[in-house]
Amino acid sequence: MATLADFPVQNEKETRAGFGDGIYEAAKINPKIVALTADLAGSLKLNNFIKDFPERFVQCGIAEANMIGVAAGLAIVGKIPYTTTFANFSTSRVYDQIRQSVAYSDKNVKICASHAGLTLGEDGATHQVLEDIGMMKMLPGMTVIVPCDYNQTKAATMAIADHQGPVYLRFGRPKWPNFTAENGSDFVIGKAQLINEGTDVSIFACGHLVWMAMQAAVELAKEGINAEVINIHTIKPLDVDAIVKSISKTKCIVTAEEHQINGGLGDSVAQVAAKHCPCPQEYVAVNDSFGESGTPAQLLKKYGLDSSNIIAAAKKAIARKG
Amino acid sequence: MEKLQAMATQVRRDIVRMVHGVQSGHPGGSLGCTDFMVALYFKIMKHNPSFHMEGANEDLFFLSNGHISPLFYSVLSRSGYFPVAELGTFRKLNTRLQGHPATHEHLPGVRIASGSLGQGLSVALGAALAKKMNGDQQFVFCLTGDGELQEGQNWEAIMSAAHHKADNFIATVDVNGQQIDGPTAKVLNVESLEAKWVAFGWEVLHMNGNDMNDVVATLELAKSKCGAGKPICILMKTEMGKGIDFMEGTHEWHGIAPNDEQLAKAFAQLPSELADY
Repeated sequence: MATLADFPVQNEKETRAGFGDGIYEAAKINPKIVALTADLAGSLKLNNFIKDFPERFVQCGIAEANMIGVAAGLAIVGKIPYTTTFANFSTSRVYDQIRQSVAYSDKNVKICASHAGLTLGEDGATHQVLEDIGMMKMLPGMTVIVPCDYNQTKAATMAIADHQGPVYLRFGRPKWPNFTAENGSDFVIGKAQLINEGTDVSIFACGHLVWMAMQAAVELAKEGINAEVINIHTIKPLDVDAIVKSISKTKCIVTAEEHQINGGLGDSVAQVAAKHCPCPQEYVAVNDSFGESGTPAQLLKKYGLDSSNIIAAAKKAIARKG
Repeated sequence: MEKLQAMATQVRRDIVRMVHGVQSGHPGGSLGCTDFMVALYFKIMKHNPSFHMEGANEDLFFLSNGHISPLFYSVLSRSGYFPVAELGTFRKLNTRLQGHPATHEHLPGVRIASGSLGQGLSVALGAALAKKMNGDQQFVFCLTGDGELQEGQNWEAIMSAAHHKADNFIATVDVNGQQIDGPTAKVLNVESLEAKWVAFGWEVLHMNGNDMNDVVATLELAKSKCGAGKPICILMKTEMGKGIDFMEGTHEWHGIAPNDEQLAKAFAQLPSELADY
């Protein structure tokens, strides 16, 4: 039985550092891996990769559209290209390039996106993409992964090298509690991760908000509410069985994501519920607005994405069960 | 040379037949670039019609201006990538010959989808860089339109190719001076193309894309200039609609199909050299 006690916090690290360490380890194993960046090698923690594999690194400059096309061309000749830049420039800026040259053309390109969501912080709304999960999951054939901490980001970065087909891998900037298995053994693409078993409400979260959901479960337990917490690190393909199994038991849903309320994890879960097991659902997500400058903690509070919001949403969902 | 010209005539017949058959498609640019594509596939490139996506130790070609798909399909089929009879399925439901080239249906010879303009140079550059990483000595070719160069991504790719010294990369621009809304000079002037490509660090050549002798000689020259640290650009002057008198010299035939009478007139100017599909 999975419980919160199985996930002690080991340290606090940036998920983007998990990416940097993951691609470095993957590159040691797989000579086909090539890293590309659009002038953000440092931000994406590529230093070790560049130092040891300079011949497999392509600096594309501030020219993201070209980077996506170059990656598609590298993939044609058999390379496994990982493109790196901020999530905004990885998706909305280059959507048509991804759609035609990568997704429709079924190219084995890994689009690796850092600084996603509000927790990018002080740079503000120009950089805080909150629509990327929706855009990417809408593309046929695209795998969408949003790992929750450093260890899981590292594991996912390594795992996607062995996954044939285009992938969108989304992670973030700030230091964040690191609690999944250090060796990544608890990560499987497409397999939801049960963090805490419960009976009263199912909380489905991704990315940084998995930690917020865990904090919420601790507080809810103090009030006698037994919350099930499930980490949906793979938004697509979605682990439908895990979702149906959980909500068949709890009969109500909270979804929590650092993303717009439209088009993200919440909508993916709602589709499953509507088809298999209709029940009340509360969304913890940004409510159809842009972000702004601030610290990550300030922004998560202001835009309703911290553990207190998840607690309130859980109580509301439970009350709606009637 | 005679064989190449005969093939070009047959390919032009294929193009107008395909577009007429489904009453949609883009004959103008296809006819203009026919001599170039025939030279490439039947004389210049080392390529294998049994088709492997990775194309190791082969020359690779990328079509960026995907709307000239009738030409691409005709040349691929007549090179042996798939049966010539399949040309009759162009733009029809449940076929591999999509309106614009795609890999989704696994049509042999096509390595990337194109149609949304401005993406092919980047993809070709990626393939060229991968070949260099692999120590593969073969060349990467790409064709773009001149109007297509209005898309900004091209200039990212052009800058990047020179920066990375992609000297196994030969890009050809179809300079027909026409686009959907009229002459390129009026819609959005892209000139001076030579000054621009040179300023971006490319070796620039010129050729008459409707003179088979010049096409073959210039492509051979381009190959000979590879390996010197610079990518090669060929500015290829063509006549949109070349080979069918009433389609020449206008942008009107960019994207419309001939009717029965026009098809007969076109065929009268293009004696069948091989066999129609």
